[in-house]
Amino acid sequence: MKASNPFWKDQLEDQMPPQLAAEIDVFEHELALRRQGKIDERVFAETRLRRGVYGQRYDSGQRHDGIRTRTLAYPEGKPTKGPNTVWDAPGMQRIKIPFGGLNARQLEVIAELAEEYADGVAHVTTRQDFQLHFVHIDDTPTIMRRLAAVGITTREACGNSIRNVTACPLAGVCRDQVFDVTPYAKMMAYYLLGHPECQDFGRKFKIAFSGCKENPCALVRMHDMGFIAAVREVDGALRRGFEVYVGGGLGTVPYQAKLFAEFLPVEELLPLAVAVARVYTKYGEKKNRNTARIKFLVHKLGLEEFKQRVEQERAGLRPDPRWEQMLREIPTYQERPLKDPGLLQITAPRLEGFERWYARNVYRQRQPGYATVTIALPLGDITAAQLRRVADLARKYTRETVRTTVEQNLVLRWVSEADLPALYAELKAAQLAEPVAGSIADIVACPGTDTCKLGIASSRGLAAELRQRLLAQGADQDAAVSNLHIKISGCFNSCGQHHVADIGFYGVSRNKNGYTVPHFQLLVGGQWEENAGSYGLAIGAIPAKRVPEALERFIRRYRSERAFGESFQSFIQRIGKAECKRMVEDLMPVPPHEEDPSFYVDWSDAREFTIGDLGVGECAGELVSPVDFQLAACEREAFEAQLLLEAGQIERAAQTAYKAMMHGAQALLRFKLGAFPEDPEAVYQQFRTHFYDTQLFFDPFAQGKFAHYYFAAHARNGAPHDPESARRQIEEAQLFLEAAHSCYARMLAAPAGG
Amino acid sequence: MAKQPDHINVKIFALEPTPEDLAGAIPVFHRWIQQNAAPELLIDVADYRHVPAGPGVILVGLEANYSLDLTENRLGLLYNRKKPVAGSLEDKLRQAYEAASAACRRLEQEPEFHRKLHFDPNSCEVIFNDRLLAPNTLETFERLRSGMEQFFAELWGRGTFALERVGEPRERLRVRAAVRSSLTPLI
Ligand code: SF4
Repeated sequence: MKASNPFWKDQLEDQMPPQLAAEIDVFEHELALRRQGKIDERVFAETRLRRGVYGQRYDSGQRHDGIRTRTLAYPEGKPTKGPNTVWDAPGMQRIKIPFGGLNARQLEVIAELAEEYADGVAHVTTRQDFQLHFVHIDDTPTIMRRLAAVGITTREACGNSIRNVTACPLAGVCRDQVFDVTPYAKMMAYYLLGHPECQDFGRKFKIAFSGCKENPCALVRMHDMGFIAAVREVDGALRRGFEVYVGGGLGTVPYQAKLFAEFLPVEELLPLAVAVARVYTKYGEKKNRNTARIKFLVHKLGLEEFKQRVEQERAGLRPDPRWEQMLREIPTYQERPLKDPGLLQITAPRLEGFERWYARNVYRQRQPGYATVTIALPLGDITAAQLRRVADLARKYTRETVRTTVEQNLVLRWVSEADLPALYAELKAAQLAEPVAGSIADIVACPGTDTCKLGIASSRGLAAELRQRLLAQGADQDAAVSNLHIKISGCFNSCGQHHVADIGFYGVSRNKNGYTVPHFQLLVGGQWEENAGSYGLAIGAIPAKRVPEALERFIRRYRSERAFGESFQSFIQRIGKAECKRMVEDLMPVPPHEEDPSFYVDWSDAREFTIGDLGVGECAGELVSPVDFQLAACEREAFEAQLLLEAGQIERAAQTAYKAMMHGAQALLRFKLGAFPEDPEAVYQQFRTHFYDTQLFFDPFAQGKFAHYYFAAHARNGAPHDPESARRQIEEAQLFLEAAHSCYARMLAAPAGG
Repeated sequence: MAKQPDHINVKIFALEPTPEDLAGAIPVFHRWIQQNAAPELLIDVADYRHVPAGPGVILVGLEANYSLDLTENRLGLLYNRKKPVAGSLEDKLRQAYEAASAACRRLEQEPEFHRKLHFDPNSCEVIFNDRLLAPNTLETFERLRSGMEQFFAELWGRGTFALERVGEPRERLRVRAAVRSSLTPLI
């Protein structure tokens, strides 16, 4: 969409790490191929998801405008971005930030992208990512290049892959930590990024690291795999390791992760991750996405059996030199302050509001004289101008030690305590000093119906409304309730983590009086502490417009009836679920439409409510087999060969065309035999044996002709080409790949064992 | 050869006193979608009222967005052109300004804002929303000055206005244009 898109690649050539640059070129080729209709829409959808390029609400081209469902008049003649997904429809770009760690320049670039390609706002997610909304797919390669130039990749930000590895935002500075988990989280994130063992999952896979067991920062127990720092004495020496959990997850059916190992030495961290990935790939559900998360596999097999299989896989792993190499780098990881430690001057004059902000948003680090400051972002949103301001402050007061948090905020670490008043003044000037961090008003919400295709009700609209009311009531300053957590999801999928809130909500709809009415299911008593230690009780569905009143009742009752020191969870348990329901039962009926039509409209909206806009979600990614994937990659290679030929690079063009064929043969071998030979000679021999000699690859008309193209190219590989022979080899590669697709389709259609 | 700027944004400021709450923009923009009230394909409404000095309420379109924007805590109607526009700089400016201006007139008539919201016809801000095509430098500003002057002369009359480059270097190139006598702007 942007007129400057063609120029950025050259502009940034020297600034992008070659690996990232090459990956983005590949993605751009895939876009080009899809535009030409040369990649299947499902394959393309999974491809873009694995680059963090998501669909957004209404991208089917249909939208209910409050009166009727209309077809949005997008330009015709373009391909889809995936099944039922219009090319020109705005989408979302997710930006993966491992453990939430960012520097100032990265913040500035995200600000630039938010302004130039999105709606001016960058959004921090509950996985410490950033998201940009209302992005055009044609702009995504440029967005990726500009990110790559500052060391950020969007790879595997979505899709059936290892999602962003999260960690406590206080890791390294926390007073309660066992040790700093940051370098381990980083090591895990980069080791598993693009790892071949992690490319064939049935669903996404989420990993978290926590520095201690008690505090909730990393929510380890709601993860597919979670690690809590631990030390143990071995042979008289203290050794680092992790308590390991597997099989947790929220979603429709929340599962608490199970204790997999009480102590896993750090040396075993990466091998264990690979072994678990193998087990998940081998035995995890692939067809039914509703039961494809690893939590279902752990449940189905039982923890012991699951463990055994992981141990078996671990035993069979060939040592990877990177295990040791990456571990050796751990001690070199160090965050340092910019300024000397300081003391907050008790007597110095301070700006109004400083004390409240200090009490709520400042955390005194384990390192005396330093503090971590939380910048509370309303609904996780921050403007481009504010991001630049945060970058300035990160440079001025710290060595650019910024992190995102799973509560959708930012933290500035290593601020000298003496600088706190000055920092507060600057944050306040930038409207970034709201003293609500971690309070009841610091509400977490998923995108909901604002942008998510699966959203049922407006989680962000409700969050904004509750936030405003709670602040107006001073609930964030009321010692009794100020520390309660509220989390809201737009549907049962729990991206807003409603299960682990004191008070959680998720969007549902109810048919009343012949209309569809937005509601929120209310959950109470979930546990944020102890790494998301327990999940909330569902009480009932409340009409969206009455949720503020329901919330107020719980707040009021807890405030007045709690016993000394009684937590909200204990209070809820004491009064019981039936009583909780009784408290809000009268709020559940919906008045007739003619009496109060506002009930039939969601928060932050003006249209009569409908669920007709619900789309097909992409959270999970399209389920595409690795063969589909590999064949798509081969087509891309053939396409690249064409480009090379046009650029006059004859030998490289022919060589690339040959590789496309060889990789196509490899893909088929992988499907048929589960074997994945690397050596070109082995691929050739095995392909000949299993696909040519058996006639499996034979076309009904052309017979073995297409296989011969590959054989001929293999035989002459290395011999010089002229433009004509190179062109022919490229064409042959394309035909060979067509035949590979047909062969794969025939194998899929064949009866089992046939 | 210097690259031609594109993706021109125009913000027409609201006159004081401005409405306290922008909630009214939500039904207004939804109605605009129902009525196809702009030449662009209008898609959805995004509510950012909770973000201080943020984009306010946005009417998201395919070729352009319209918003009641609060950047720098200054309310205005922002027209953000996303799809390239053919022609000279003056053509692009004219397209963006006219689109913004038409939206202002329409907003002033909407029941939610009637007599509560007025826009200043004598000043605006031009934002070049592409750092590569129009880097935020004095040189770019000077290069584009004559095109801008030509357009604003057409709008306000030659020699009646001033152009000023505003903001800091990391921002997009941003130019404030105002009629010199507009200290007490016309309503
Ligand atoms: S919880 Fe539902 S509405 Fe919210 S982001 Fe997830 S899928 Fe979308």
